[in-house]
Amino acid sequence: MDIATLSSQLLIGLSRGMIFFIVAAGLTLIFGVLRITNFAHGSLYMLGAFAAYSVSTSLGHGHYGFWLALLVAPITVMILSLIIERGLLRFIYNRDHLTQMLLTYSLVLIAGDAVKIIWGSEYKSINIPEGLRGSISIWGASLPLYNAFLLLIGPLVALGLWLFLSKTHLGKICRATATDREMVDILGINSTRVFALVFALGGWLAGLGGTLIAPTTTVSMGMDANILIYAFLIVVIGGLGNIWGTLISSIIIGMGEAIGVLLIPSVSIILPYMIAGILLIFRPSGLLKSVW
Amino acid sequence: MLEIKDIHTYYGMSHILFGLSLTVAQGEVVSLLGRNGVGKTTTLKSVMGIVPPKSGEITFRGQTITKIPTNRMVKLGISYVPDSRRIFADLTVRENLEIAAGIRPGDWTIAKVHTLFPVLKKYENRRGGSLSGGEQQMLSIGRALLGNPDLLILDEPTEGLAPLIVRELEEQILELCSTGISILLAEQNLKSALKLANRCYVLERGQVRFEGTVEALAENEEVRTKYLLA
Repeated sequence: MDIATLSSQLLIGLSRGMIFFIVAAGLTLIFGVLRITNFAHGSLYMLGAFAAYSVSTSLGHGHYGFWLALLVAPITVMILSLIIERGLLRFIYNRDHLTQMLLTYSLVLIAGDAVKIIWGSEYKSINIPEGLRGSISIWGASLPLYNAFLLLIGPLVALGLWLFLSKTHLGKICRATATDREMVDILGINSTRVFALVFALGGWLAGLGGTLIAPTTTVSMGMDANILIYAFLIVVIGGLGNIWGTLISSIIIGMGEAIGVLLIPSVSIILPYMIAGILLIFRPSGLLKSVW
Repeated sequence: MLEIKDIHTYYGMSHILFGLSLTVAQGEVVSLLGRNGVGKTTTLKSVMGIVPPKSGEITFRGQTITKIPTNRMVKLGISYVPDSRRIFADLTVRENLEIAAGIRPGDWTIAKVHTLFPVLKKYENRRGGSLSGGEQQMLSIGRALLGNPDLLILDEPTEGLAPLIVRELEEQILELCSTGISILLAEQNLKSALKLANRCYVLERGQVRFEGTVEALAENEEVRTKYLLA
């Protein structure tokens, strides 16, 4: 194996890490602010991918299908998240964690069946949009253009989240709510509205992740469970609620998985879990500071 | 302005307040006195809707607020400074003030808070958690003032602070009193209470045991030794 193969594999891993980051960032935000373990996060990601499929095929796999899906599918998932939060979650914020887990887990089952009913159980796929087909060469390593596009989107999302959380009034309120919800209410801000906003934003991110992964894989049932496990791992390694920790651990998991496939294919499936285990032995509370 | 009528408040199964009543008039500074665990904080939390009373009534300017959620109190004109200060440690001093501003219109701006507490201007870019106890207390009061309250509720503002800082804070609270704001203050420190308040209530086991002007309390040695150990 030469250095070019290795570096192109690393770049592909890095670009997968970007999708992990986008999904896990939503999960960690919800964790940090609402303090809810949202099992349905993977389902929102899956629904994002199926919504992207529907939007792009409704335009006959044409030029603009993917781009329109990139706009519409995450927003659709965001609206659905808002309905879930206002219609269900807001009634259980003061309940114990078990109730919250049961509710979000029931949403996983409902979403799974809904997908089967609406889209059927056969595999679907979306074409990579024209203009992002083919590959480019970065320092001798070849990389599919679409993955290069992902490498651009990931940091953009990270930057956007950082700007939102640190520079906007609403973002500051979100950070305050993450540390002391009752005090936010005492200051006259309705904290459950902050919860709704954060859950919608988390849903948007899950939908965006689902849309972005769709052209690189088959859109199918079961993709919810796969991403959910990775997203939980990433959130825990990064430090609960910490966006930058999530970015770092997404990159570690994405690249670790890619190297595993190349070097020791027989253990590549368990490699991310091994990495997670080792990291947690040395940093039990995550790489960066948790907001909890 | 504020009227508490015969409230009974519980924490889960434990009964904390037994038919407590008190009033705060416009422009008055009223102090709740009593040892630890007599129900001072619970009284304040009952008013704020954090631990709503099971029975009895609380009215503010004639409107019943017993069942109104905490997050609507600022809009009604009540701001609360909790005893543990509860600064958002990861936000800067300025950000702590920013999120509290603009909820209820009025005279208080961040600039005006800076004039009352210059130290908050000096350290505005530091993390809230890095401030000393006294500075955090000033930040907590400043944050509450940005809600432009007609009634300010303070829970043991001088607790655990060095004597020099206590004197400084007392001066600042007296300065606030002169603006015509009403203040309800829980206090363990009799000296502070006598200095700041017009009237006081002495609590014991969730009930009012003495009610009167600070002068009357200063003269009443029996109440002071029995309920305040002072």
